Amino acid sequence: MVEHRPVGTLLTHLLLILGVVIIALPLYVGFVGSTLSFNQVTSVPMQLTPGTHLVDNYAQVLKSGSTKGSNAPVGTMMWNSLVMALAIAIGKIAISLLSAFAIVYFRFPLRYTFFWMIFVTLMLPVEVRIFPTYKVVADLGMVNTYWGLTLPLIASATATFLFRQFFLTVPDELAEAARIDGAGPMRFFFDILLPLSRTSMAALFVIMFIYGWNQYLWPLLVTTSEDMYTVVIGIKRMVAGGDTLIEWQLVLATAMLALLPPAIVVLAMQKWFVKGLVDSEK
Amino acid sequence: MEKRVVFDSPWLPYALVAPQLAITLVFFFWPAVQALYQSLLIQDAFASKTQFVWFDNFVTLFHDPHYLASFRVTAIFSALVTAIGLAVALFLAALADRVIRGAKVYKTLLIWPYAVAAAVAAVLFVFLLNPTLGVITHLLRRIGYDWNYLLNPGQALALIVIAAVWKQISYNFLFFLAGMQSIPKSLIEAAAIDGAGPWRRFWTIVFPLLSPTTFFLLVVNVVYAFFDTFAIVDAATSGGPVQATSILVFKVYQDGVQALDLNGSAAQSVILMAIVIALTVIQFRYIERKVQY
Repeated sequence: MVEHRPVGTLLTHLLLILGVVIIALPLYVGFVGSTLSFNQVTSVPMQLTPGTHLVDNYAQVLKSGSTKGSNAPVGTMMWNSLVMALAIAIGKIAISLLSAFAIVYFRFPLRYTFFWMIFVTLMLPVEVRIFPTYKVVADLGMVNTYWGLTLPLIASATATFLFRQFFLTVPDELAEAARIDGAGPMRFFFDILLPLSRTSMAALFVIMFIYGWNQYLWPLLVTTSEDMYTVVIGIKRMVAGGDTLIEWQLVLATAMLALLPPAIVVLAMQKWFVKGLVDSEK
Repeated sequence: MEKRVVFDSPWLPYALVAPQLAITLVFFFWPAVQALYQSLLIQDAFASKTQFVWFDNFVTLFHDPHYLASFRVTAIFSALVTAIGLAVALFLAALADRVIRGAKVYKTLLIWPYAVAAAVAAVLFVFLLNPTLGVITHLLRRIGYDWNYLLNPGQALALIVIAAVWKQISYNFLFFLAGMQSIPKSLIEAAAIDGAGPWRRFWTIVFPLLSPTTFFLLVVNVVYAFFDTFAIVDAATSGGPVQATSILVFKVYQDGVQALDLNGSAAQSVILMAIVIALTVIQFRYIERKVQY
């Protein structure tokens, strides 16, 4: 700050704390709800201090799910979400690295055509081509499989562009030196380009992991059997039972479990997360 | 920008782009073409006969009061989400930019709603604002305000706006803060020496210099409100009561899955595609312009 104004500084801090409290409110109330018994969570007004059922509720959902709506164990769902998030993040990074390498380091007749074909995918989110995509996946027999869950979401241009931008900043001398020393393109790719790209890869990984973990519409369509539900879908299925039947303490425990992994990734890799977010939108 | 030094191989570059290209063709181009084609057909109820009808589905849509109502809801919804989301995030970022001690702590505490899935956010807000046992509903009742989003269309819209804004604030906040921190401090100091207070400095220096960020976020937020809020609508209100929160992207899904009107749904998809493409073009136009100065 430019000038010294104690009152202004105090006010700034107070307003920021207010903002943080308002942002945190739904999470806090959700957490408290997940530590109460069914009778406590449905009594009006609900208590606002954590109760004693934390271990019971979380253990129950992890092992056997809720008793209404969906009773698939949340442990399985967490595993499905993890597989999906990792497959999408790693898959996107892998195929994007390869295609960006081809587009930057080679000259071939269809280069621009390919470049634009990939570029166009930026424009159409999965939400607007959802049924035809579903039909393709169904025709390929990939409904209720990890392949069906992840492959259609791996086609995205963001990562390719990020790596392309990055490869363009890599000094030409490196490729020249590699060539003089007799290294082929793949040797150059694995020994020089990949180690240099580590920062970009970490940044993208955070963004793509969260993207994959939090997917909703696609898993909703493509998983019909309970053992393939992701945890985000599991919550939706538990709430779908109707108002008075909802076991809120279990729904909220599941919600807390569902937001834990992406929250940990964001907080632990905050630096990469911010970088990835800013870079991937350029 | 092009590389001076390149490698040479007749087949390797094709092999390298093959995985991404294959996925793009199978799961992107083929479905998109299918959606375009489907939108020009009509199928009878038993899917036994299909007829090519040119643009009839689109004509029907634009004469359908439900579809036009959905357009209106989407416009109101995205205007509210964008305006509130940007205003709150700008305010918080301006505050965070002012503090020296604890700036990083605030940043950490403000960014993590980004990690929360939209559907999870919706469920948390449904719990807070549940008509019978919501904590906030209880407070509202105390002050004499009757809250029941299951019956009141305006309140249902308010619920999904709140959840959507809450989820997007972190993102806007990060970009605004990054934009503010890249403004040279000397400009601010010069204005302060000339006697401009914080309020004046913000509106005459910071806000105008922030306009590229603001414009960028404007487009991103509109796209977000149009497409990424499906999960919030589906998990919180399912489009109800009486279609009051049935935004366009939700209606595509509803008409396709529940009403099984695949051709009408495909026509809606095509309209949405046109909207996204228009928004993307606006965004890139603008980025090109930015490169010039």
